[in-house]
Amino acid sequence: MAALEQTAQSAPGIREEVLDNGLRVLIQSVHTAPLATVWCWYRVGSRDEIPGLTGVSHWVEHMNFKGTTNIPRDQIKGIIEKYGGYWNGYTWIDQTTYTETATRDALDRMLFIEAERMRSCLYDPADCESERTVIISELQGGENDPEQLLDQELTATAFRAHSYRHPTIGWLSDLQTMTRDDLYGHYRRFYAPNNATLVIVGDVDGADAMRDVVKHFGKLESSVTARRASTVEPEQLGERRVTISKEGTTAYLKVAYHAPDVKHRDFLPLLVLDAVLSGAKGVNLWASFRTAPPQRSARLYHALVNSGLASAISGALLPTQEPFLYTISVTATDGVSLDRVETAVITELERVRLNGITAQELRKAKNQLRARLVFENDSITNIAHQLGFFETIASWQMYPTLSQHIEAVTVEEVGRVAADRLKPTSRTVGRFDPIR
Amino acid sequence: MSGLAPTREVLTNGGTVIAKRTSTTPAVTLVANVRAGSVHDTPELPGLAHFVSRTIDRGTDRHSADELAEQLDNRGVTLSASVNRHLLSLACTCLVEDIDDVLRLVAEIVMRPAFPAVEVDRRRGEIITLIRQDEDNPGAVAIETLMSMLYGTAHPYGRRLRGTIESVERVDRQMLQQFHGVHCAPTGLSLAVVGDIEPARAIGAARSVFDGWHGGTSAEVTDAPLPHQSGRQAFVVPMMNKSQTDIAYGFATIARQDASYHAYWLMNNILGQYSLGGRLGDSIREQQGMAYYVFSSLEANLMPGPLVIRAGVSPANVVKAVGSIDTELRKLVESGPTEQELIESKQYLIGSMPRTLETNMGIATYLQTVELFGLGLDYDVRMPDLLRSVTQEQVHEVARRAIDPDRATVVVAGPFEGTLT
Repeated sequence: MAALEQTAQSAPGIREEVLDNGLRVLIQSVHTAPLATVWCWYRVGSRDEIPGLTGVSHWVEHMNFKGTTNIPRDQIKGIIEKYGGYWNGYTWIDQTTYTETATRDALDRMLFIEAERMRSCLYDPADCESERTVIISELQGGENDPEQLLDQELTATAFRAHSYRHPTIGWLSDLQTMTRDDLYGHYRRFYAPNNATLVIVGDVDGADAMRDVVKHFGKLESSVTARRASTVEPEQLGERRVTISKEGTTAYLKVAYHAPDVKHRDFLPLLVLDAVLSGAKGVNLWASFRTAPPQRSARLYHALVNSGLASAISGALLPTQEPFLYTISVTATDGVSLDRVETAVITELERVRLNGITAQELRKAKNQLRARLVFENDSITNIAHQLGFFETIASWQMYPTLSQHIEAVTVEEVGRVAADRLKPTSRTVGRFDPIR
Repeated sequence: MSGLAPTREVLTNGGTVIAKRTSTTPAVTLVANVRAGSVHDTPELPGLAHFVSRTIDRGTDRHSADELAEQLDNRGVTLSASVNRHLLSLACTCLVEDIDDVLRLVAEIVMRPAFPAVEVDRRRGEIITLIRQDEDNPGAVAIETLMSMLYGTAHPYGRRLRGTIESVERVDRQMLQQFHGVHCAPTGLSLAVVGDIEPARAIGAARSVFDGWHGGTSAEVTDAPLPHQSGRQAFVVPMMNKSQTDIAYGFATIARQDASYHAYWLMNNILGQYSLGGRLGDSIREQQGMAYYVFSSLEANLMPGPLVIRAGVSPANVVKAVGSIDTELRKLVESGPTEQELIESKQYLIGSMPRTLETNMGIATYLQTVELFGLGLDYDVRMPDLLRSVTQEQVHEVARRAIDPDRATVVVAGPFEGTLT
């Protein structure tokens, strides 16, 4: 059995330990329902991919549901379902993660599955082939959505050098040509305890859960994982534009600016600025609480939706490990030209860039963010997601203190960030101009 | 009574309030339903109920749309107004400290919307854009076409919820006011209040804002003619600008009150839900690698709703995928479920109850389902035994009753120009 390298009680109610194989474990007891959730996070995502292998992280995620040394392919189904449980996984630019939520008596089985997944997946060649077409089907389903297509083009235009530029699902030709060995090699390079964070939240006893973790993960060996290559995106020197001309019914506009990473001092002021422009979303990508933001008094809603130019607007600033994008998305009202929509968006963005926000707007944005951070923690699955998500891109300890740091943001900071970050030269404009 | 044990009270005007205390977060979820769904649309003016849902929260007799927006936004509250076949629904979550103010605003919106003309015109443009987006969405096209073929336009389930561009252009303020006046009535009100608030206090707060509301006695629509269908019908909607094809395949089945509902529920779980999409997922996704998504869903409603199978496949695999759906359905009809499948699905559905009832919105949604179908406040306690008592033969019997590939309705929308049988 592995010894524990470190035991800490770094924040109220959250137990943090690191096994001597490097696996970081976070446990929080929440006794409001007879449930437990497990999330197992890996520091690997589409940013770790090179040309020819784009989409490999996501495909690996799919393969890691297809049998392990000790779980035959046909016996995966049922292990968690027996406990009324739900399981899933996702891959994005910085991370790959797997989750199960079920009644608390399933905890041992959840940990067993995640330990198996970490080192013992099979990668049967026939399964790799069968999954190739499933993933191409997923890609084509995404292409059916003009907004998603535009988002992909916009990101690829805004980034020249950083690997955030390619879509997580990968480019089609890579999905057509990648081999079983490419997949297995990627799996072995990144899936190791020292590249992972395991989070347990729910109706569990911390010490008991930790013993169970050691039982399942303690003997897994650490390994030298691949270095995360990182190219610093050179400063953008002028506006970039991309227009998709494709058959369709509806016109869409997206305007993106280079955004700070989650640890940068500009991140929270920009989150507040986004709330002023388009309503507060919170910071949980996964939350079951994913209703539209409170945005009807937001600046862009007023300027675009209430003026009849647009039927919908949204803003997106997502917490990422390296600088990603802040994106405004607009659906043009049927019959309204994209030129008019773009002019209205840019006018509003220039107004806030030059003049900042008011104290009243700051108060409202903070109220919204405070409420959203409460709402998005409405389940153990969501609480555990946030701990693992922040640990994977920065540190889990950022998360419990987020509200107080948002509360400290000032009008001046938001003004400075608007002036610095919304510069026209840092802008990428994407249009989906439908051919009717 | 153990289990959820919510508190329910009928107000003097006939409205119902159901409350449940939880303590996970210092927040409260409100869901206010009225029986003003799209079943009340006429065949001549489809989309009116939906139009009401897009405008009901855009001003009241006391507050303008901007004032409502300011009050809700300041508290971080998103009020979501939506409509389905039978219900117009207003839902939101707020911090406990804001419950009285938010409940007052929600009640005002339910009871006394003003439908300002300027707001009606603004939202008309939004609705038309939504309809145009649906027209470009193979999934939406497939399901709307399937429903229109299964139910016909004489049946409310067969009409498009959002109506047509032509019908939406004809709606005016007076029609919205009239629809609200007739169909939004206290007797049809069901309010769920779930969160960190004592039920007695929640009910008291609801009583104080809703008790003075009178008028309107809307009769529920519970019967409508189904078109006669003698054989299999298939329809292709070519959308050559798309990459993937969406399949919608279905049958009209039962109402939620049907005595065999729990057997249907298990049958659907085995067919197209369990784990990665039941038998359909095993065959079409896991074994054949043809689809990223494939599943079945059962919408047993106040009137017999559909069993629908959905899949997204490459255009080259459309015929093969539809053939595989046929094969799986025939197998289920011929041989029924295995004993093991039935045990697993029962375990799953019973075991998933605590997850379903974990969040405030999950509980509120469940309580509204219980109220709509009259399942009883102890349904969560009785449900496990209702599922346990279903036999293998009963599931086989409902499969035989519900499913017949020779009478299926099959719709394909996407980059596919072939023919289907």
